[in-house]
Amino acid sequence: MLGQQILSGLATGSLYALTAIAVVVVFRNTRTINLAQGDFAMVGAFLGIIFLKEWGMNYFAMLALVVLCCMALGGFVERVVMRPVAESDWLTLFTTTIGVYYILHGMAGWIWGRDTKAFPVSFEATPVEVFGALISKGHLYNMAIALLIGGVLWTFFTKTKQGIAMRAVTDDPETAYLMGIPVKFIVTLTWVMAGAIAGFIGVLMAPIIYVSPEMMDEILIKGYVAAVFGGLYSFRGAVIGALMIGVAENLAGGYLGSHYKTSVAFVMIVVLLAFRPQGLVGIQERREI
Amino acid sequence: MSSLIVENIKANYGPITALKDTSLVVPEKAIVTLLGANGAGKSTTLKCISGVVKPVSGSITWANKEIGGQSPNSITRKGIAQVPEGRRIFKDLSVTENLEMGGYTRSDRAGIEADLEDIFELFPRLKERHKQLGGSLSGGEQQMLAIGRGLMADPQLLMLDEPSLGLAPIVVSQIFETLQKLVEERELAILLVEQNMKMALRVSSFGYVMRLGQIMISGSSEELEDNKEVYESYLGTA
Ligand SMILES: Nc1ncnc2c1ncn2[C@@H]1O[C@H](COP(=O)(O)OP(=O)(O)OP(=O)(O)O)[C@@H](O)[C@H]1O
Ligand SMILES: [Mg+2]
Repeated sequence: MLGQQILSGLATGSLYALTAIAVVVVFRNTRTINLAQGDFAMVGAFLGIIFLKEWGMNYFAMLALVVLCCMALGGFVERVVMRPVAESDWLTLFTTTIGVYYILHGMAGWIWGRDTKAFPVSFEATPVEVFGALISKGHLYNMAIALLIGGVLWTFFTKTKQGIAMRAVTDDPETAYLMGIPVKFIVTLTWVMAGAIAGFIGVLMAPIIYVSPEMMDEILIKGYVAAVFGGLYSFRGAVIGALMIGVAENLAGGYLGSHYKTSVAFVMIVVLLAFRPQGLVGIQERREI
Repeated sequence: MSSLIVENIKANYGPITALKDTSLVVPEKAIVTLLGANGAGKSTTLKCISGVVKPVSGSITWANKEIGGQSPNSITRKGIAQVPEGRRIFKDLSVTENLEMGGYTRSDRAGIEADLEDIFELFPRLKERHKQLGGSLSGGEQQMLAIGRGLMADPQLLMLDEPSLGLAPIVVSQIFETLQKLVEERELAILLVEQNMKMALRVSSFGYVMRLGQIMISGSSEELEDNKEVYESYLGTA
């Protein structure tokens, strides 16, 4: 029972982890706390319904196209909305993303309606045994995809020239520019990447939580709480935070009652900020860009 | 013929005029020094050449072509690299990754690998520490890394902004020896900005002295070394 609770907690946590990673990717390079991150996934989920039901696509073609559309959405938001205010302080940047959040919420409600829709892919509840504990196929699939995405991102950031350049821009954009690194392109790329991750999250989440304009609100908050565990900077810290939240809320839900579930993330963040305001994984002093 | 000719450039930071009228020449395979007190405009001159700052007028000619106002990306591709003031190592990147970023504009895999080996040979300390994060290196090691990162662009002109800043005298002489070696081995020209004028003039053949955004004195290094004016009016040191 305990093993099962932990395992399915890790499964949910791995989706929070993806959200947290997307949040950190954007924050590191643009100082932007992107409130619209969840909405990229929400738009992806609605598009997924269209691609499956109206266009008759198979699951993987739908997934690929949703990810592409979300990448385009991320890039579009950066180029059209964020770039003109890119030099502003963090509060302006944050406020601008609130604007994007409301526009996407509003447009989704207007186009697709405000009521929740079922995703035409059902969550595979058939249990499978892993290390002696039972876990549903759907959770296992979500974990596998999250792990795969994590691996791809890790390879990108450590093994490829553009990935290393992205870290160089995080570190010192001025010097990166001097070396000939196209800093603006890299910034667009971070938003495209956040969009891609959102596309996956949207499709993975939709069978669990149904599709509506608000579907991602709570998950985004948990993703942010997880990101704060890494000081909004460390990927490792964000992933650890996300898995901890996933497990803790599942245990709370299982042993204390389901109405305690949502508050767990908030209790954790309050405790974290009280004792380690710099995040769980200590990060060095960072100079203001 | 790859020589650099800067003619009458002006540059501003918003309302502040940093360069009024600056001209200088760096011939092929020469070491030229640019001296001047704090705020004279030395770094700004280098930034105009590397493309980080756009001059508002004047011309910058490299290998007989105008390059003024181009992006750092295209200027780096044309063979000019700058080692910035204060080293500016990417501190969360490993030594090797820092070097790779210096060669960002290149795509000749074999050439990049060969240069990486060359730099590790030139600075064995960097080889020993190649996996370490840039931010964990000592000041002298960081300066070596900054120079190595500049060399990774495979430049014909390397501009160095105060490479001796904050380093022990012995490390400074090592670095200047290395620069001389580089000029001979790599057919490199060097434009050197320095506060440490004695050292700088010793390794260079020609020098310029700046003040308030203008070149005030120029001459061979011997001439400048004997010129009292250089010490007194512009550097404020004896
Ligand atoms: N980013 C900037 N914004 C505004 N003014 C600047 C900026 N950078 C330099 N300046 C100003 O331009 C002038 C020239 O600066 P520059 O950095 O070129 O001097 P420098 O000769 O390199 O001095 P130092 O020896 O202290 O490095 C100075 O008056 C400086 O205050
Ligand atoms: Mg300077």
